[in-house]
Amino acid sequence: MMNENHKKHTHKDCRKLLGSLSDYVDGELSEELCSVLEHHMEDCEDCRIVVDTLRKTVYLFHKKSETDSMPADIRQRLFKSLDLEEFIEK
Amino acid sequence: MNDNENKVETEGFSLKALQAGDPEEFSRLVDTYSLKIYRLATKMLSHQQDAEDVLQETFLKAYRGIKSFDGRSKLSTWLFRIATNEALMLLRRKHPETVSIDEPVETEEGEQEPVQIIDWCCLPEGELLSEEAQKMLDSAVQMLPESLRVVFLLRDINDLSTRETGEVLGLSDTAVKTRLSRARLRLREILSTYYGERVYALRQSQQEGLVGSSATGGKKLFLHPRGKTDDE
Repeated sequence: MMNENHKKHTHKDCRKLLGSLSDYVDGELSEELCSVLEHHMEDCEDCRIVVDTLRKTVYLFHKKSETDSMPADIRQRLFKSLDLEEFIEK
Repeated sequence: MNDNENKVETEGFSLKALQAGDPEEFSRLVDTYSLKIYRLATKMLSHQQDAEDVLQETFLKAYRGIKSFDGRSKLSTWLFRIATNEALMLLRRKHPETVSIDEPVETEEGEQEPVQIIDWCCLPEGELLSEEAQKMLDSAVQMLPESLRVVFLLRDINDLSTRETGEVLGLSDTAVKTRLSRARLRLREILSTYYGERVYALRQSQQEGLVGSSATGGKKLFLHPRGKTDDE
């Protein structure tokens, strides 16, 4: 646990908190750890940046996967391999 | 049996029809999940032909095995389990020395992840998702070890819950969360290296007066790319 009166920021805390950032961006961090982390981030721009870029990383992969599609010929071959040719047209 | 039937009904399928071999119902199942299975396969395996083989094999196995499906997990979880096993088997066959989803996860102390501190969130979306950037995103996923990649793909790309991912892979919730955390942090590093260069370039061109300040929305860029140490 951090010393709240500690003025000088020690980056040892950052390392310790690194493992909880993924749960934090999912909103799944326990209330207690959440307040420790948020208190830490008030003084730590580095950790704020890591959280922001971590959240953005997840967002970008999400956004990109929305545009994924399956080529029509692959779908056709899949239906053929399953003997479902009559249902290809839909 | 009623209970099992209901669970499957919630996903919109009739287990009875599927188990009776109704081709129309099965083709609906294929249409509902083939994109997700294909996406998982293409990102697990680098060759498109391998991904297509996994896709076909998954549904062939599902077709043959649906009679013994007991409804204890969701139908989609069951399909993902077949697909994941197929993909991992194929990877093992090709790279027997590297593939394991069971590899022991290192302890926190043993973990030496570098941490780059570059705020690249301010880059415009067109740049973050440019054609080149999208290729980088694909290859970043390929750089993850299989044990982390498969968790990331199920959770973040295919939107399975922690519990469902655990069911697919036979892992505890804690193990899923730990691996997801590692995967995301590693990806963040790769993205920081790539986008960090874009931020530099943008700043440089701003200093040279080639680009107006509007590109970053006037936001201050905090930039010190370095492997951070704990000695401050």
